[in-house]
Amino acid sequence: MTPLFDLDLLLTGTYHDWLVAGLITSLSLTGISLALALPLAIIIALIRLSPVKVLQWSGFAFVEAIRNVPLLAHMLFWYFGAPELLPTALREWLYARNIEATSAIIALTLYTAAYMSEDVRSGIRSIPGQQFEAARALGFSFVASMRLVVLPQALRVTIPPLISQTLNLWKDTSIATVIGVAELMYQAAKVESATFRSFEALAVASACYLGMSLLITGAAGWYQGRFPVRTA
Amino acid sequence: MIELIDTYWLYFLVGQYPHGPLGGLALTLILAVLGLLFAFPLGLVFGIARVSPWRSVRWPVSTLIQVVRGTPLLMVVFWAYFFLPSLTGQNTNQFWTMLTALVVFDAAYLAEIIRAGIQGIGKGQTESARSLGFSYLDAMRLVILPQVVRNMLPSLVNQFVATIKETSLGYIIGLTEVSFIATQTNTQVLTKPAEVYLLLGLTYFILCFGLSRFAFWLERHLQQRTMAKAHA
Amino acid sequence: MIQIEKVNKWYGSYHALVDVTESVAKGEVVVVCGPSGSGKSTLIRTLNRLEPIQSGRIVIDGVDAHGPRVKLNAFRSHIGFVFQQFNLFPHITVLENCTLAPTRLRGLKPSEARDEALALLDRVGLAAKARAYPGELSGGQQQRVAIARALAMRPPLMLFDEPTSALDPEMVGEVLLVMRDLARDGMTMVCVTHEMGFARDVADRVLFMDEGKVLERAAPGEFFARPEHPRLQQFLSDIRTPFPQAA
Repeated sequence: MTPLFDLDLLLTGTYHDWLVAGLITSLSLTGISLALALPLAIIIALIRLSPVKVLQWSGFAFVEAIRNVPLLAHMLFWYFGAPELLPTALREWLYARNIEATSAIIALTLYTAAYMSEDVRSGIRSIPGQQFEAARALGFSFVASMRLVVLPQALRVTIPPLISQTLNLWKDTSIATVIGVAELMYQAAKVESATFRSFEALAVASACYLGMSLLITGAAGWYQGRFPVRTA
Repeated sequence: MIELIDTYWLYFLVGQYPHGPLGGLALTLILAVLGLLFAFPLGLVFGIARVSPWRSVRWPVSTLIQVVRGTPLLMVVFWAYFFLPSLTGQNTNQFWTMLTALVVFDAAYLAEIIRAGIQGIGKGQTESARSLGFSYLDAMRLVILPQVVRNMLPSLVNQFVATIKETSLGYIIGLTEVSFIATQTNTQVLTKPAEVYLLLGLTYFILCFGLSRFAFWLERHLQQRTMAKAHA
Repeated sequence: MIQIEKVNKWYGSYHALVDVTESVAKGEVVVVCGPSGSGKSTLIRTLNRLEPIQSGRIVIDGVDAHGPRVKLNAFRSHIGFVFQQFNLFPHITVLENCTLAPTRLRGLKPSEARDEALALLDRVGLAAKARAYPGELSGGQQQRVAIARALAMRPPLMLFDEPTSALDPEMVGEVLLVMRDLARDGMTMVCVTHEMGFARDVADRVLFMDEGKVLERAAPGEFFARPEHPRLQQFLSDIRTPFPQAA
């Protein structure tokens, strides 16, 4: 008779390796998307804050177009839809490589960047306009005033919400399952159907998600303690 | 694209109904409305419990909320999918599975909005209600919560947008909501994946963007009313 | 040093500066006063082009401040500006506030900038606070640091926009003292302020503005003893007896 709850099955052996591979893929998706989304978010935020109306509007349109569509639909579009728009040669080249992960990363990056750019923007806007003015009065250029005075302060305000967006990104990687990226959720489902041990498979995957989430939440708490927001 | 809309618009809106189960955009909306409707009272109870002066109430609820918020919605869907049947003793269809997952998930998020709302009202209101002789629960019910709920109307609309986006995950368990229908359409047409998924995105966008603009308007409207009152 | 020629400025349909023509000589200390909304802060903010103007000309040290070819950042770095709200950078220390611009814009080595900044902080009586953050200082101390920060660019001209208006009364004196020292050393200064004692003792000339116009200009003795314009007479009597019914 098989025991009711057999975790050993997942702590070593093939199934264990599947899950670990899934975890690593999930972490890589998070890391790569974060690295791409952060600079993109800052650029979009600056575009939205620029004095040029056309730029403001295009930034707004980008953010709203991305945020008001579910991530799942983004993934479906980038995986099934977008490659059809490419020239055949490029498409073949892509299909020969990891098209699943590429589509997932594009979708995750754009989605995360849209949300993060809003956090960066409100962080910048939370810095009183006189700070910018004082920097300009000293003779700093627009870019230097932003870089030396406004952004360093805005960053303090922005990092905690950015960390919580990172948490969302981490959880969102699970949706890459729908386009067949072999991340943690996908591997858990695979183990489940191979062993019929639903509870164990889901429990282990849940524990991984939760553990990482706690780490990220902890990082936010640590940052706020270590780098308090200073106001005059 | 016009041809596509012309042929499939009804399928897109209601699925196979009336010759089969209701699906498509109608199902997406019904699921989102019911999800939020059921999640709200649960979220209210959780939110009040989160700021309860009694530790034995506060802790278990806080833990539950932290666990749900640290877990991807997809994970919650899977748990519901595999374990609702053994819990209820009968086969649960995809609709109820998804609805259960949505209610649990959204309640945890609503609870945090409500908690923040209660804390934002400030001690002064509770103290003045208590010094008038109201019990803790009466102070909550008669003084604090009416203010919280009024202030959180915009957040509620935003949560509705989030819920609409979340229903797309029903795709994974074969629920015939609009993303699933789009994929069905895509497999029937075969030659126009980009158009199909752009159309899907556009559908979500019109719905969600409209609602989030409404939330924005509501927020400003409420603010102005508060200010007008303060000046009167 | 400063020539202001027929300057006009509108905020929408509101005429904030009306045909203002004025000049300030090198080494001169000019105090601008007037009721709130009179355009005095607007005027001083147009001098380093924090506000644009719609017509007229402002020439500072031979540079047309609002001209198309002015190198705005270099131009501004030669004019010290002190704000009503201090506007120190809260995320860096007092010392770093004073070295940021010299190292980045004057190309000083960090060690040189540090020595200069410490000397300036000493001059405003705050060398001991060099390592503190602005949030840890009182308002009067913050404003003195702000003056030191502006001086660190070695500007030949200092502009003060109501530097004591945001301060608690007991801190006004320490800031005025620093400004007085600066005037004694021959700095060219334009100060928008309500401190009539400072105007009387330190200014070479006092301007009175109302409704966007300069209505009167005179040496302080004349200005206070024999005000000509009825608006100025009213203004001075309002200042002297702020509660007429009680007096």
